[in-house]
Amino acid sequence: MNKDEYQKLVKSLSPKEPKLKNALVAFGVGGLVGFIGEVIVRILMESFGLSRVDSCAWLAFILILFASFMTAIGKFDNLVMKAKCGLIIPTTGFAHSIQSAAIDYKKDGLVTGIGANIFKLAGSVILYGIVSAFFLCLIKVAIYG
Amino acid sequence: MYLRAFLFAGLVCFICQIILDNTKLTPGHITSGATVVGALLSFLGIYDKIVAWAGAGATALISNFGHMLYSAGMAGYEESGILGLFSNLLCSSGIAIISAVVFSFVFTLIFKARD
Repeated sequence: MNKDEYQKLVKSLSPKEPKLKNALVAFGVGGLVGFIGEVIVRILMESFGLSRVDSCAWLAFILILFASFMTAIGKFDNLVMKAKCGLIIPTTGFAHSIQSAAIDYKKDGLVTGIGANIFKLAGSVILYGIVSAFFLCLIKVAIYG
Repeated sequence: MYLRAFLFAGLVCFICQIILDNTKLTPGHITSGATVVGALLSFLGIYDKIVAWAGAGATALISNFGHMLYSAGMAGYEESGILGLFSNLLCSSGIAIISAVVFSFVFTLIFKARD
């Protein structure tokens, strides 16, 4: 960690952070993702005759492709730094975490690098998503048959 | 619908940003939490209503991942019992996981890491 990075870390941890501004930026960017998503879903529904469910699946696919590509060419990290939760909470954050882990550990090789680390960040989302959904399903089944 | 998509997605990001700034939780905690909350809302039957109200504003978020897992699991159970729950749980969310993994792998092979 060099001096500049340390300064950044200190700055990011200091209580003087403009919390309201961060929250409003997250609101604006996150809302924009939702808005653009809705536009894409409408376009898919109207021009390709897809159902709403299929369009939403294609939207997830498009968002992931976009976030993955932007992360791979190195443009997405800066955007995430600025927009924070505005881009972390949408599906773009999921793709970003997988892509950035994969590309950061590329130097360690295909198996011990990419293979071992690709789910380093996204693993907890998948783990807790599966575990919580599984047990909620069991509870639902136990209560309602 | 466009306005509602904007408002809902924005509001969730707004709340998560406030949690992120005011606690020691990392983005990893926040996204995992949002996924679990999505599954929980789906369990309570609320997430379907949110999707009907906010459209892509709700499906573009990571909480939709929990919703997809839960609803696919239940659909599997209704189809073929407890075995269906196991075999179907990842069905619809597989789009997110598999596309993210495949694209990441291909792009990682193509592009160089930045320092």
